[in-house]
Amino acid sequence: MNNRSGADRAYAVFTTASAAVIPIVVGLVFIALAIAGWPALRQFGTSFITSSAWDPVAGQFGAAPAIYGTLVSSALALLIAGPLALGVALFLVEFAPGWLREPVAFAVELLAAIPSVVYGLWGIFVLVPLLRRYVMPFLADTLHLGNTPLFSGPAYVTSMLAAALILAIMILPYISAVSREVLRAVPRSQREAALALGATRWEMIRDAVLPYARSGLVGGLMLGLGRALGETMAVTMVIGNQHQISASLFAPGYTMASLIANEFSEATTPLHVASLMAVGLLLLVTTFIVNAGARWLVWQTGRSRA
Amino acid sequence: MSHRYFLRTAALCAGVAIAACSSDRASSRDSATASTPTASASSTGTALTGAGATFPNPIYSKWFSDYAASTGVHINYQPLGSGAGIRQLQEQTVDFGASDAPMSDTEMAHARGGAVLHVPTVIGAVVVTYNLPAVTSPLRLTGPLVAEIFLGRVTRWNDTRIAALNPGVSLPATNILVVHRSDGSGTSYIFTDFLSAVSPTWNTSPGRGKDVQWPTGLGGKGNDGVSGLVKQTPGSIGYVELAYAVQNHLPAALVQNAAGTFVAPSVESATAAAAGAVAALPATTDYRISIVNAPGAGAYPISSFTWLLLYTHQPNAAKGRALVDFVHWALHDGEKSTASLQYAPLPASLVTRLDSSLARVQIGGA
Repeated sequence: MNNRSGADRAYAVFTTASAAVIPIVVGLVFIALAIAGWPALRQFGTSFITSSAWDPVAGQFGAAPAIYGTLVSSALALLIAGPLALGVALFLVEFAPGWLREPVAFAVELLAAIPSVVYGLWGIFVLVPLLRRYVMPFLADTLHLGNTPLFSGPAYVTSMLAAALILAIMILPYISAVSREVLRAVPRSQREAALALGATRWEMIRDAVLPYARSGLVGGLMLGLGRALGETMAVTMVIGNQHQISASLFAPGYTMASLIANEFSEATTPLHVASLMAVGLLLLVTTFIVNAGARWLVWQTGRSRA
Repeated sequence: MSHRYFLRTAALCAGVAIAACSSDRASSRDSATASTPTASASSTGTALTGAGATFPNPIYSKWFSDYAASTGVHINYQPLGSGAGIRQLQEQTVDFGASDAPMSDTEMAHARGGAVLHVPTVIGAVVVTYNLPAVTSPLRLTGPLVAEIFLGRVTRWNDTRIAALNPGVSLPATNILVVHRSDGSGTSYIFTDFLSAVSPTWNTSPGRGKDVQWPTGLGGKGNDGVSGLVKQTPGSIGYVELAYAVQNHLPAALVQNAAGTFVAPSVESATAAAAGAVAALPATTDYRISIVNAPGAGAYPISSFTWLLLYTHQPNAAKGRALVDFVHWALHDGEKSTASLQYAPLPASLVTRLDSSLARVQIGGA
């Protein structure tokens, strides 16, 4: 008896310690970045976030284009990958015949195992030429979207559009794998009850399965978004790495993660290093805000429906 | 007993291999020496560490492996980038640094070990490459014109200023797409150093640096990123280092030098640039010199030294002696193997002067 309570206590201490490690590590990373980035934040103040000037020679640093690029490329990626991943998961759980289910699921999950540098190489040698030759002319000329700000300007090789597409492909398996597990966990009785009330298959999914699984599905989307915000290598290779904010998706841009990856190894002046550290801090804060915002959104909608 | 012995030997091998080798060929020798632990333990001071530029890494790796084979002195070099090399030298976490750009006065002042000697080792050249399928003979460009293109002021290939330099060449009426490096690099430093030397506008802004605020164009990561974009996009222009351009058979523009000649980038024309610049050097140079736009009819104008950085006062006598011996070996024997890797060797006149500077390095003592 005594022995067992001792084991229980040891187990509780171990799990508590394990759980505590994560907030502590996040906190330490935050503090370390804040200290290292402080000289840049002190010197430039809010203009570090609002200015587009990133001039290492003159010692002027403003991260606005990188912040904008990170948010836009990730949001676009989520917009493309989210519905697609949900479709994949629904198909696999609700519609796919048994013999097709495992191979398709395996293929989707295989996407997650491809290293990001391979995505980047594929992006620059396959995706980007395809975009330039077919997709961009189609969007601009055939669909006559060339006059809208979103698709205006010359079709550059590497662009925000290419980055968003690469990211969409990269986060698709994460979202769909989580969504599939969540949908599978919806109790059979939930489905049967809806069908018994005379619902069609689509009504059953819409009214019984999706609401039940909603918070889990959002969790999958958040996982994908987190991956997109922090992705470095593949994005660096296809986004064009130009410090500018342009409404057009055909124009090159920059992201916070690729800015750090590009410049950190050769940054020599203390202010340049501090600025890159501050960008790292901003990336952490951005990720935190986006995640917190999404959770709040889920909580709000959940409460209003209940 | 045999089991424990094996484990210990394996651990030693792994430790030495991690500490002392960068190439595969070196690692087999390392594990051979490590199996006789007494030998490697007694000869302390024969292992040197360095960090810095990636651009000269292929030739440095060859030097270190050749030098280890002939003398048994192991040198562990981490190609982390020039910036990291300078930082680690300042903090004295390495025995020597390496950089594609000379240290600034401020950086020198922050070096904890005192005065730093810059030793030029090889010469690198930067090639202006382009994608114009219809143009078969090498394009001819002047420095100011390259600057205008990279400033975004000359935007069409059939611009009269390009056409005037290339009579008889059918230039397309398309936009010029500028491609530059997105990552900080010595290649960008050499290129912008040249543009600053030939264009007052460029000198004011963006100026010279490993990262600059590029007025126009796309950024590719690494030489491969830039050449990948250039190869895929007709009408593009970019810059890569000489060895990369030669190995990948990229088209290379002839660039007009200070003497007015249009020169093709090559190992010989880069050495000629150094010889021209060294002839004009004052006696008390610290070798932190730019050789872009150098005088001399055969000099390729976008050339630069890359430097090894070492403290002029070496408190550890054994390490200091080993380091100076190695640098001396590199300048005399090492230089002979440079051309096979597409690096330009130093002119003989410079090696003589470096010998006397190296002899003044203070070894040991307080």
